[in-house]
Amino acid sequence: MVRLHDLIRIRDQEWEIPISYRADMRVPVRLYASRELLEQIVGDKSLDQAVNAATLPGLVGHVVVMPDMHQGYGFPIGGVAATQFPQGVVSPGAIGYDINCGVRLLASDLEAEAASGQIETLVGLLDRYCPSGVGKEGVVRLSQPELERVLREGSRWALKNGYASETDLVHTEENGCLEGANPAKVSERAKSRGRDQIGSVGAGNHFVEVDVVEAVFDPESAAAFGLREGCLVAQIHCGSRGLGHQVCSDYVQEFQGAVRRYGIELPDRELVCAPMDSPEGQAYLGAMRAAANFAFANRQILAHSIRRAFEETYAGKLKGWRLRQVYDIAHNMGKLETHEVAGERLKVCVHRKGATRAFGPGSPGLPPEFQHSGQPVLVPGSMGTASWVLAGTEASMLRSWGSSCHGAGRTMSRAQARHEVRGDQLRRDLEGQGIRVRAGSLSGLAEEAPRAYKDVDAVVETVCTAGIARKVARLRPLAVVKG
Amino acid sequence: MPFHEIQHTADRSVKVWAQDLPSIFAEAARAMNAVSGIRLQSGPRALRSFETTGPDVESLLVAFLSELLFAAEMESLGFEEFEVHIGDGSLLVRMTGAPLLRIEKAIKAVTYHGLQVRKEGSVYCAEIVFDV
Repeated sequence: MVRLHDLIRIRDQEWEIPISYRADMRVPVRLYASRELLEQIVGDKSLDQAVNAATLPGLVGHVVVMPDMHQGYGFPIGGVAATQFPQGVVSPGAIGYDINCGVRLLASDLEAEAASGQIETLVGLLDRYCPSGVGKEGVVRLSQPELERVLREGSRWALKNGYASETDLVHTEENGCLEGANPAKVSERAKSRGRDQIGSVGAGNHFVEVDVVEAVFDPESAAAFGLREGCLVAQIHCGSRGLGHQVCSDYVQEFQGAVRRYGIELPDRELVCAPMDSPEGQAYLGAMRAAANFAFANRQILAHSIRRAFEETYAGKLKGWRLRQVYDIAHNMGKLETHEVAGERLKVCVHRKGATRAFGPGSPGLPPEFQHSGQPVLVPGSMGTASWVLAGTEASMLRSWGSSCHGAGRTMSRAQARHEVRGDQLRRDLEGQGIRVRAGSLSGLAEEAPRAYKDVDAVVETVCTAGIARKVARLRPLAVVKG
Repeated sequence: MPFHEIQHTADRSVKVWAQDLPSIFAEAARAMNAVSGIRLQSGPRALRSFETTGPDVESLLVAFLSELLFAAEMESLGFEEFEVHIGDGSLLVRMTGAPLLRIEKAIKAVTYHGLQVRKEGSVYCAEIVFDV
C-alpha cells in the first residue's frame, strides 16, 4: 500500500507519487490534499488505485487525484487521467458506471426567510414530481425513436419538447449534448433500462436539494452565476440511470477481450481499455456519449419538474420564484479536450471519475458571461452540510486537466455507517437543524450520514489554497429529497 | 457462513465461499440478493435458464450476476435456487425464483475489481465488489 512517506511534497497542498514508485507506472500521480485529509486518504486503497490508473497506455502528464478522493473499483473516485488522442486508450472503468453523473444548480430570487413558510409544501411537491429510489420510473416514457433522439441530442431533445430554455442549454457543460454520440452502439438491453427512467433521480447518494445562499465570497462571480445571498437555490445530483450502468457493464465485459487483442497488460481488470482509434474504442466512445446525453436530458427534465414545484408553491404568493439555471456539470465523463502538456498543445481524452470540469477564465466553450469568472464548479456536500459553488482557474487548466473536486468524498463504509447511525434518529437530527428530509429508505439515509463523509469545507479549502478553484458562494441545505 | 461483507469506503464488497466451483455462482447470487435486501413473494415460482460464454470463470460470474441485476430491475424478478453447469468457457444456469416482494438497495453493476475465483485450502472463494 502507498504510505505517507512514499509521497513527495511538490508545493502547498500538492503531493506526488513518482513514476519510480512502481515499475509499471507510465506517469506520476499528483494528489491535492492537506496533511489532515492525506491521513484520511491513506486509510483506504485509493492511492493504490491511482497508481494502477497510472499504468494505462497512452497517458500523458500525470494522473491527478482530488482531496475528496476515496477508494472505488479500478480507478479511484476523485481521479483524472488524460490519454493522448488518437492512439491512447479510453477506459470505461475510468469514467464509471454512472456515465455523466453530475450536478445541476438552479437559482431563484426568493428570499429564504419569506419562502420558509411554504417549504413543507415545496418539499412534498418535489418528492412527488422528482421520483427517487430503487428502480423508480421517471416522468416520461420514451418510444424507441424518441429514446434514439435523446441519445443523440441530449438537452436539445428536452428543448424541442418544452422541458428546457435556450439559456438552460447555454448554462450546461457542452450545451447539454456531446457530439459523436452513436445510439447504434448502445445495446438494446441498455436502451430498455433507460426507456422509462428519464426524469428520475435514482437511489444511493443521488438527491434533489433546496438550499439557501448562505455566504458570497466573490460578488462579481456570484452575480455572473446569478446567485444572490439569502435566496433559495435547488440542486440536482444524478446521472444516466440504468442505461448508463448497462453501457459501462457491456463495454467492461467487451474490453476483457480487447486488452488481449491489443496486448495491453493491466494490474486490475476493471481498468480494461482499448485504443481510441480502434473499432472497440470508437464503439465505446459513441455509446458513452449517448449515455452522457441521456443524463443531460434526465437532469433537464428534473429541472423542469423542480420549476413546476416552485411555481405551484410560490406563484401568486411571493415574487422571484422563477428558477434560472446556474450551470450543469458532469463529474463522471470522458471528453476530448486540448491541454498544454510540456509546452505543447495536445488533444487528449480526459477521463474524470468523481472529478468536476473546472475550466478557467477565457476557456473555449464557456458562455460570454463566464469568460471572465471561469466556469461554475458545483461541489455538493454531504447531506445536512454545506455545498459550495466555486469557479475554475487558470491554474486548474495548467495543473489538473481543468478539473477540481466533486464533493466531500466518503470516508466511512456504508456498512459502518449503518452500524453507527440510525436512519430515523438522523432524520430527527437533521429536522432539528431545520433540514426537511424525504427519504425512501431509512437505512439508505443512514448510509449517507454526514459523518460518513469528509469535511466538505476542508476539501474546498484545499483546492482553493492549491489554486485549482476559487470560492464563489456557500450553500446551506433546507430540504433534501432522496431515494 | 457462505459470505461475509468486506469493508469498502464507497461501494459494497463480499467474500463468498463454496465447496465447488458451481456452488460459488449460487452463493455469489445469494450474497448479492442479501446486499440488495431482496425478498421474494411466496406462491408460484418462475423458472429461467441463462447461458453465456466467456474467456474465464470470472467473466462468466460477472455475466451471470449482471443478468440477475437486469431481471430484478426490468422484470422485478429475483432468484433463489440455482443449478449451475460450467463447461470450458461456457456457463448454463437453471434458476428458480419469483416476483420481488421488496428490494432495498440499488446495485448499479458487478465489477471485475480484484475479482478472482480461487481455492483456499479445500474450498473455493471469490471477492466481489458491487458498484452501488
